[in-house]
Amino acid sequence: MNAVQRLFGFHGGVKPAYNKEASTGLPIAVAPTPTLLVIPLHQSIGGVPRPLVKAGDRVLKGQRIGGADGNVSSAVHASTSGSVVAVEMRLMPHTSGLSALCVVIEPDGCDEWIPRQPFDFRSATPTQTRDYLRDAGVVGLGGAVFPSYLKLNPGKTGKLDTLVLNGAECEPFITCDDLLMRERAETIIKGTLIMREMLSAGQVLIGIEDNKPEAIAAMEVAAQAANQAAGDSSIKVVSVPTRYPAGGAKQLMRVLTGIEVPHGKRSTDYGLQCFNVGTAYAIYEAIALGQPLISRIVTVAGNVERARNYEVLLGTPMRDLVALCGPRADSDRVIMGGPMMGLRMPSDEVPVVKAANCVLVGSKQLFPPPPPEMPCIRCGECAKACPADLQPFEMYWFSRAKIFGKAQEYNLFDCIECGCCAYVCPSRIPLVDYYRFAKSEIWAREVEKEAADVARERYEFRLLREEREKQEKAAKLAAKTAAGREKAAAALAEVEKPAVTPEQDAKKALIAAAMERAREQKAQAHPENTINLTPEQQAEVEAIEARRAEIREMAKPHLRQDD
Amino acid sequence: MTRQDRDLFVNNSPYFLQPASVQSVMLRVLVALLPGIAAYVWFFGAAILVQIALASVTALAAEAAMLKLRGKPLMMFLGDGSALVTAWLIALTFPSIAPWWLTVLGTLLAIIVAKHLYGGLGQNPFNPAMVAFALMIVAYPQLMSQWPAAGVTDFAGQWQAIFGTREIDAMTMATPLDALRTALHTIEAKASVASVLGSNPAIGSMGGKGWEWVAGGYLLGGLWLLQQRIITWHMPAAFLGALFAIAGIFSLIDNTQFAGPLFHILGGGAMIGAFFIVTDPVSGATTPRGKLIFAAGVAVLTWIIRTFGAYPDGIAFAILLMNIAAPLIDMYTQPPVFGHKDGKGGSR
Ligand code: SF4
Ligand code: SF4
Repeated sequence: MNAVQRLFGFHGGVKPAYNKEASTGLPIAVAPTPTLLVIPLHQSIGGVPRPLVKAGDRVLKGQRIGGADGNVSSAVHASTSGSVVAVEMRLMPHTSGLSALCVVIEPDGCDEWIPRQPFDFRSATPTQTRDYLRDAGVVGLGGAVFPSYLKLNPGKTGKLDTLVLNGAECEPFITCDDLLMRERAETIIKGTLIMREMLSAGQVLIGIEDNKPEAIAAMEVAAQAANQAAGDSSIKVVSVPTRYPAGGAKQLMRVLTGIEVPHGKRSTDYGLQCFNVGTAYAIYEAIALGQPLISRIVTVAGNVERARNYEVLLGTPMRDLVALCGPRADSDRVIMGGPMMGLRMPSDEVPVVKAANCVLVGSKQLFPPPPPEMPCIRCGECAKACPADLQPFEMYWFSRAKIFGKAQEYNLFDCIECGCCAYVCPSRIPLVDYYRFAKSEIWAREVEKEAADVARERYEFRLLREEREKQEKAAKLAAKTAAGREKAAAALAEVEKPAVTPEQDAKKALIAAAMERAREQKAQAHPENTINLTPEQQAEVEAIEARRAEIREMAKPHLRQDD
Repeated sequence: MTRQDRDLFVNNSPYFLQPASVQSVMLRVLVALLPGIAAYVWFFGAAILVQIALASVTALAAEAAMLKLRGKPLMMFLGDGSALVTAWLIALTFPSIAPWWLTVLGTLLAIIVAKHLYGGLGQNPFNPAMVAFALMIVAYPQLMSQWPAAGVTDFAGQWQAIFGTREIDAMTMATPLDALRTALHTIEAKASVASVLGSNPAIGSMGGKGWEWVAGGYLLGGLWLLQQRIITWHMPAAFLGALFAIAGIFSLIDNTQFAGPLFHILGGGAMIGAFFIVTDPVSGATTPRGKLIFAAGVAVLTWIIRTFGAYPDGIAFAILLMNIAAPLIDMYTQPPVFGHKDGKGGSR
């Protein structure tokens, strides 16, 4: 390390058993192409891409099969050449067990690429580059799958202080970033340089947990080379203390720079941006080699004989991948991600997607069912462990009692669902389940309220219109009788100039005021949650919406208990 | 999806948990009480062990009965150890030669009224052991003030005292706190702290003969709880610090009328209070700043009640009073959440 980097701590965190050694013994292997690829169109946060192919089409490797839809969306591609057998609903790699549109491809074994062209981002406008990356399907590969092009924007000032590269990889069992850094450090740095240029970032800080000395050494060599070539020392590899969730973007930014980016704010407003090392790698492949994102490194670990990292074509069924590693007989579940935040898969048939950093095979022995939930004893362990500095037991209390407003007052939406609180709770309360439940309920209510407000406004408008129509009708009626002609003129005039008598004037003013109030109320009730959303927030809404029904179901047994 | 699958889904992330349980927390609290109990037995005889046994059996029986009444899983809650902690604290704060029914009655009130009628484990707004202490001292002030004299460890005599076959006056003695309060309040202004403390055989060099060793035992256990991360430093530090400060200031002002800080800290229930009672998480404040305020508040109230009140030790009342304020304290001392702190800040 060229200089001693000052580190900042973050509050809380836990030190679970890391279990990483099992999958770091062997180099990354290329997983064989399966007999059938199932590629979900919706693999990133944001809008669902439109299918661009239909059954019977022949596709080439890297061919776009789903086009980005809307402001926040990212394209998907065929992972190998072959023919499209179907575009149909298939089970998604998500706990909900819901299905979504997938392109099913039968590989032809030729692995024939589309013509690949490097993208000259230096002579392109920033918008063109971002569009290119959107169409290349590059998304955050740390697990959040946020479209990267949206983050490659330095914001108002046009430049950033620091580009943070996240190689912390704090979740137990997962080693895909570790191996990627060990084996492909140079490419990661090349990708980083591209991102740095796009963001006009002053320095690059690469944070890696100190339990990965090989990765740190490899990245160090590559960073030194880049620094030498540039004649400066602006890329620093920083070894950070091993503590979950040091790899949370906000936690890592804090550890490296001391800056805390509040919930709902863009990190670029604080001169920071953070990317996963795998994303840097994908950006290099997309820009310098013209290869869209069609594969990723996946750790297969847990209850298997030979845990290992594989480079896997997106759309490969998890079952095929697990089979390579010798799952043990008592395996009872497949989890996408790690044991702290991972999602339990509805079946092992679901495909590997961009979010799949790890396929974790579980068993009753490895992940024993939690003992029965006890009441909260307010011991405060959860608060001590919470990296977001929250009071989890208060949020739990109000979530469970369905007093959601209070839960929000205790900053429910700052919860990153890292699971530290549930991990330490001596009463074994599935705290995070309660937060997921509360969040989804709150979003649902916001949406309902929004609809109700619109309806109310419409209703008030209708009252106003009906009043007006009544007057017009009266005017017409009056006009029919000769005697009423004068009256009619008056009535008409009244309609045209909406303030004839003071009485009616007051009435209209009242209605107008009511409408204004309704509008104001609406504006006040929503500014934080559903109006003027940043792409991140919108993404969050969608993610939460997607989980809503499922979570409601899951939370039910807990809520019933003991009430 | 089958019903079985549905059930499996309830087990959501995180999929593995730190080995921890309410039971292990409570058991460690009990273990931490052992050094103090050992000193107690050494200086004041084995009567305290009888009281602990009485309170424990009563507490478990009452707990079981209440759980059954409330339709709760018996083994799960009975095994959590929380009733035992309450029982031990009652035994240790009541006089060790109190008649058996006093301990039993106090324990029943603690478990049935203060704990289960408020909703059981985790729901009680008041510290059950302190509710028992306060009710009993109001109802039976005489009995609650009869303490064994240091060095009189005649077990047969104590046994008879507890089970009511012998007059107990011969072996009792007021605690130092009580002696001081009685002297200062009843012998009109003639007594001074120094004269009372100098003439009373119950009072040793610091907090009272024998009692300072018991306090030392609690301190030892308390430090171990700190090391085990079952309690945080906030409460004991704020409680002892505030008690030391207020007693110190007043004894500087007039050391004939106000006992010194060491006397307050080592005498009475201050040390067991600091590490085992004030720190009860259920009924106390929970935020870091809230804990400081809560414990300091208990200390000040304790000193006031000890100095001006009618009862020998004020900790129980002080804690109950602060229990009422705890939710409010928590509300006003919420720590700033991530990203909402002023400036950049270091880690805490
Ligand atoms: S760790 Fe569990 S028991 Fe302790 S305060 Fe938090 S939720 Fe309650
Ligand atoms: S899951 Fe939420 S409340 Fe629990 S520790 Fe993580 S951030 Fe805090």
